[in-house]
Amino acid sequence: MKKLTFTSVFSQLLLLLFVIAWIVPTFGLFISSLRDKDVLAISGWWTSFTTTEVNEIYRTKGKEDQIKEGDYYFIKSNLFDENQGKEIYRFGITSKNIDEYEVGETALFKDETEITVFENGDYVWKSREEFKKKKGKRIFVSAKSPPSFTFDNYKEVLLKEGLGQAFLNTFAVALPATLIPLIICSYFAYALTWMKFYGRDLLLATIIASLVVPLQMCLIPVLTIYNDFGALFGVSAKSYPGIWMAHTGFGLASTTFLLWNFLKTLPSEMIEAARVDGATHYDTFIKIVVPLSIPSFASIFILQFLWVWNDLLVGLVFLDKHPSEIILTAKLKELLGSRGENWEILTTGAFVSMTVPLFIFFSLQRYFIRGLVAGSVKG
Amino acid sequence: MSIFSLAITVLVGVLFFVLFFHLSNFLLDYFRVKASKNFAFENSVRVIIFIAPAFIVLFVFIIYPVFETIRLSFYDKVGENFVGLFNYTWAINDPDFRRSIINNLGWLIVVPTLSTFFGLVIANLADRIWWGSIAKSIIFMPMAISFVGAGVIWKFMYDYRGPGDQQIGLLNAIAVALGFEPQAWLTIPIWNNLFLMAIMIWIQTGLALVIFSAALRSIPIETLDAARIDGASELKIFWSIIIPYLEQTILVIWTIITILVLKVFDIIYAMTNGQWQTEVLANLMYDWMFRGGGDSGRGSVLAFCILIGVIPILAWNLYRHKQEQKV
Repeated sequence: MKKLTFTSVFSQLLLLLFVIAWIVPTFGLFISSLRDKDVLAISGWWTSFTTTEVNEIYRTKGKEDQIKEGDYYFIKSNLFDENQGKEIYRFGITSKNIDEYEVGETALFKDETEITVFENGDYVWKSREEFKKKKGKRIFVSAKSPPSFTFDNYKEVLLKEGLGQAFLNTFAVALPATLIPLIICSYFAYALTWMKFYGRDLLLATIIASLVVPLQMCLIPVLTIYNDFGALFGVSAKSYPGIWMAHTGFGLASTTFLLWNFLKTLPSEMIEAARVDGATHYDTFIKIVVPLSIPSFASIFILQFLWVWNDLLVGLVFLDKHPSEIILTAKLKELLGSRGENWEILTTGAFVSMTVPLFIFFSLQRYFIRGLVAGSVKG
Repeated sequence: MSIFSLAITVLVGVLFFVLFFHLSNFLLDYFRVKASKNFAFENSVRVIIFIAPAFIVLFVFIIYPVFETIRLSFYDKVGENFVGLFNYTWAINDPDFRRSIINNLGWLIVVPTLSTFFGLVIANLADRIWWGSIAKSIIFMPMAISFVGAGVIWKFMYDYRGPGDQQIGLLNAIAVALGFEPQAWLTIPIWNNLFLMAIMIWIQTGLALVIFSAALRSIPIETLDAARIDGASELKIFWSIIIPYLEQTILVIWTIITILVLKVFDIIYAMTNGQWQTEVLANLMYDWMFRGGGDSGRGSVLAFCILIGVIPILAWNLYRHKQEQKV
């Protein structure tokens, strides 16, 4: 155990400050996605851990629920639709004075009917004459609301808002858009490392230059090619194979570069020995290089998968906004526009879109970091 | 589409490429056995099999589009009539374009600097504290999140309610608690750019952090111990040993984040769509690609401007690659 010096305490506090600043935004989003949508709209997520005081309006039942007991007519029921664990401590019957009465007291309406509201929301509404109105009266309550969380928002966004379908679509985009570049780039990187051919250095330089070419430089011509291709063969210009190939193209340089970086660290004696023994390049590739490259494949797979999963621009340009093609990020952006004030939908939607990346992050962090570091320190 | 048909589509797509390589190599081996052993011929065919798919994709999706975009920047909106420098003069006189250039410069100065700085500081702090790896994990986590997801997270942080209402955005709640008026942060020109940049910094600090952490381990312990024995303070060690040692790494991280920032699109598109003077090149370009049926000339000019921004880095990368190859 080290001594508690001023420096060490100070650095711990400073780091703690950073950690809090970094985790709080995501944490707030997660908590909010679990809150009831009505509460979410009127109180900060940080209030959800403590019992809060809320002012709400409920309506009593109407004439259909009345019963006659002795000389009086009664309507007995509960203000809350379902038990949320709320405790009423004051109530009122006019909007001018919403907390006029203590819970358990009896309030008198203008029409001389009387109502008593209890802590758990039960009420007894008593009248000398028969109730005539279909609609009940408004009751204002001040209640203490205990912390409560629900998965309702998740049900809502996955089933009603179409995020469930978008989730599947994103998988259908991301898996091939990760595997295809991995397949063709591993052959490519092998050729760049171990095969001798004219123009190899130029090709390598092209890859390195392509690494930093902004995606925006490629969008318009590729889109034109797709449109022409679609028109020529009478197919839609926006399709899954189309976006797979677009992602393959845009991820090709980095995937190849990372693989090339790894392959050149393999001992050349081993490859040459296999060649001398009469193995073809294909045999060498499949039987020696691929098994040795599994860890680096894993890193590259994760990087590219997360890239594709999180991408918005390519998805917007090369896929339709139709429910059968829209991806999560595009859907989320659409919700930001159309449901900008429905925080229960936005927070939950955002969290749904983050589940897969976060799962990968926490389970395969080692490979993720290795890929990033390999791509940067050397590149 | 149902989950089943999606799965079939995915499978067919991936299998197509696996089979291509397998069958073409199989055929080559088959004919090699039958025909005379012509090694030179066999080798060149195999090189073509290995390279062709990747090269075709590279050509169609990167090489050709780059030159085509440059060509289109001299053509009209449908790319048919040569208009000379018209699109460029339009850009220079366009207030949105000027705003974008200024904002992009702001992003270029602020984001890489702060991300690198925070990453370096946190990597150093976390290295010496027993719970450092947990801290690193947490700060690194935003790297896994999409820009749009991060946009929602921060839009919620910045949420604004009128002065009388309860604030549900954390930033405004803090502002109110400290006795200030709540603000609609994203609509205050100039400052709102900083609030958008904060999102990028929040994400990219993790990248800087992990790369620095890896690099820190390469500093010889003896050097650090020697400095400590000589009585150097931790701050002195940081400035005089660690920073000079990590110079290369700092430069690399700086360039990675710079490239990313030049292309920044998702955050702006999702949060403000360039309103309230937050326009940037990538968003303006997307806008012109589709606005009023699309204007490929103007879109191309904007894309080309982004490319010009990365050319110094591109040249530097190529130079370093050449140096490495010589060794």
